[in-house]
Amino acid sequence: MELLLDSLFNGVAIGSVLLVAALGLAIVFGLMGVINLAHGELMMLGAYTTYVTQLIFKLPILKPFYNSYIIVSIFLAFIVSGVVGILLEKTIIRKLYGSPLETLLATWGVSLILQQFVRSVPLAYGTGLVISLLIGLFLPTTFPSKIKESINFKYFKFSSWIFAALTGVLTGSVISSSVSKLSRASARNVDVTAPSWMRGQVEIIGTAFPKTRLMIIVITLISVIAITLFLNQSAWGMRIRAVTQNRQMSDCLGISTEKVDIITFGIGSGLAGVAGVAVSLLGSVGPNVGGNYIVGCFMVVVLGGVGNLLGTVLASFGIGIMTDLIGAGRLLSIWPDMPLPLSNTINFFATTSMARVMIFALIVIFLQFKPTGLFPQKGRMVEN
Amino acid sequence: MSLSKIKFDKKIVLSFWIILIALIIAAPTLLPVFRLNLLGRYLSLSIVALGVDLIWGFTGLLSLGQGIFFALGGYCAAMYLQITSSSEFPNNIPEFFALYGVEKLPFFWEPFRSPVFTFFAIWIIPALVAGLIGFLVFRNRIKGVYFSILTQASLLVFFNFFNGQQKLINGTNGLKTDVTQLFGQMVGSESMQRLFFWITAFLVIAAWFFAKWVVKGRFGNILIGIRDDEPRVRFTGYNPVIFKTIIFSIAGGLAGISGALYTVQSGIVSPQFMTVPFSIEMVIWVAVGGRGTLLGAILGAVFINYAKSLVSEALPASWMFIQGGLFILVVTALPEGVLGWIQGDGPRNLLQKFGLRRKIETYPSLEVNNKEGNNE
Repeated sequence: MELLLDSLFNGVAIGSVLLVAALGLAIVFGLMGVINLAHGELMMLGAYTTYVTQLIFKLPILKPFYNSYIIVSIFLAFIVSGVVGILLEKTIIRKLYGSPLETLLATWGVSLILQQFVRSVPLAYGTGLVISLLIGLFLPTTFPSKIKESINFKYFKFSSWIFAALTGVLTGSVISSSVSKLSRASARNVDVTAPSWMRGQVEIIGTAFPKTRLMIIVITLISVIAITLFLNQSAWGMRIRAVTQNRQMSDCLGISTEKVDIITFGIGSGLAGVAGVAVSLLGSVGPNVGGNYIVGCFMVVVLGGVGNLLGTVLASFGIGIMTDLIGAGRLLSIWPDMPLPLSNTINFFATTSMARVMIFALIVIFLQFKPTGLFPQKGRMVEN
Repeated sequence: MSLSKIKFDKKIVLSFWIILIALIIAAPTLLPVFRLNLLGRYLSLSIVALGVDLIWGFTGLLSLGQGIFFALGGYCAAMYLQITSSSEFPNNIPEFFALYGVEKLPFFWEPFRSPVFTFFAIWIIPALVAGLIGFLVFRNRIKGVYFSILTQASLLVFFNFFNGQQKLINGTNGLKTDVTQLFGQMVGSESMQRLFFWITAFLVIAAWFFAKWVVKGRFGNILIGIRDDEPRVRFTGYNPVIFKTIIFSIAGGLAGISGALYTVQSGIVSPQFMTVPFSIEMVIWVAVGGRGTLLGAILGAVFINYAKSLVSEALPASWMFIQGGLFILVVTALPEGVLGWIQGDGPRNLLQKFGLRRKIETYPSLEVNNKEGNNE
């Protein structure tokens, strides 16, 4: 029983990382039919945001609040990845609407650039760049409508970009002069240390659970609830669902699909950032950190089907629990006197990498019966 | 008039081929060994690019997992070479087995003692694996992005498998071939490398003719039909599954041949051939060269890899930026690739832009329809 509980917990912990990472991917894929190969790199940005936040909170002014840096970094990571995502949508993805395979390749290009970016640009200036993007993209939207509608709006836009660039350079150099670790570019992995209240373990029903894992489960839970509420209760959520179901019809009814695309992509990318915070708690952070999780996310999306969050949730926990059951060889300890050929097979697959092999085989078998995932979208069209 | 329609004189074609073949034969004397070896490797990569062009350019299937078949071909070749040159090692099995305390050759190595088996295995095994994966996926009408993602996932599965099995195939270290013997000579030696270069160059030409033959005629028309409108092909009474499976396994077989040639020229096969970036790179060679042009795939593979080695020698950090930019640029600005642009309306449009050529008047509605048709 205890063993089963332990296994279940581990499975849920693996699954919740997958879930929070796959959530954004699934929403964007459901809406735009776009698989974002840069999703893993957006996660990486989130993880680096956690690292930067941690170092900034070590400064004397913010030292008293150090313990809460992880909470702050969740919001910051959401914003950073979200802004980069919005920029991506505005510059590249929008042009490729209707050709998903091309989008796949373009986003792969973006992921290469982002990876090399964190390697060869000092993190302080990276932070400055993100801040200037944030200001440049959002400052013009806060102007009163009188200015927005005037012919000279482009000059206002231009000047706000200049302001943004100056602020970015300024913050970049301030950070780089005050935190020496961020002033040099480095390809080496960095480590995020959890604040003291998150270290150690909690005992529930006689089993010890690491607090960081519990924290990840909590982050996931909050993200899922927030997204569900947003999609089902808010006006923009309703618009997003409408465009997901039928883009042309929604367009005809006056929904600005352009805005919906931006918002969805921003939220999806932001969730990747949140996933990055979770990932940074699990191990060291490097330029390739996203790549370790991304294929798992794709599997979740393929397995869960699009347009239904429940599918994503079930698929990620299913994959998580299966990974733990197979990868740690737990079936053997649950059922010790198994016949020999079977136990040999299970031992053969009892490593993390071989568990992936097994799970992929299971997914392919599953897709033979339900080719469009757990909860396919219903429709009458021949295509999609 | 676009370039592809120009009919060249037979004499010009013939003399072009003669010059090309003379260049290939003379290349080992013209180039230093290092450059020759690089060129040979890039030429072998262009065979896998031809396969990618067949499935992506002509059939519309974007596979991100061609590395599987590439590496399988490489492993077949390397296993044969390792086993034939293992007579002086303990138990008559390749050296690395001793590191892991393996005394008996794993069963699947046995058939690779035979050169004839290996010769066929290099392309038939990858083709069969591709056919199996393809059939299971296509049968369920999984296509588009789903197909790409599944091929990428299977790539990772194979990577994990080959990476983790030290006792079977030396895991992450891979199999070395440059110190093995073939026909009584070291595979890594200069004379053997020269031979491999010639073999590669002629196989590239052969593969090109083969690919041209495949896409010619009704079979090729159906492939293009699947790319442009699969339901219509199905409603007309064809079964797209069969055609997609066949073309996918042809591409797999080509990838296998390419992998074997690449392995013997680079001296090692390892799970690194099955990493995600490498397989996506194959797609970008075709995209830059021009998809659906075949020749573009070959040129793209050779030139991009050559550029990669030049840039990496000069500025190691910048290649990732350049490559990433290339991906974005080629899909947004040059979707038909360089050769496709030259063969299509590209040069004419460019001349029109500078006012050097008169615009061709058509009905506006025609233009609109044309645009919509390309959206797919």
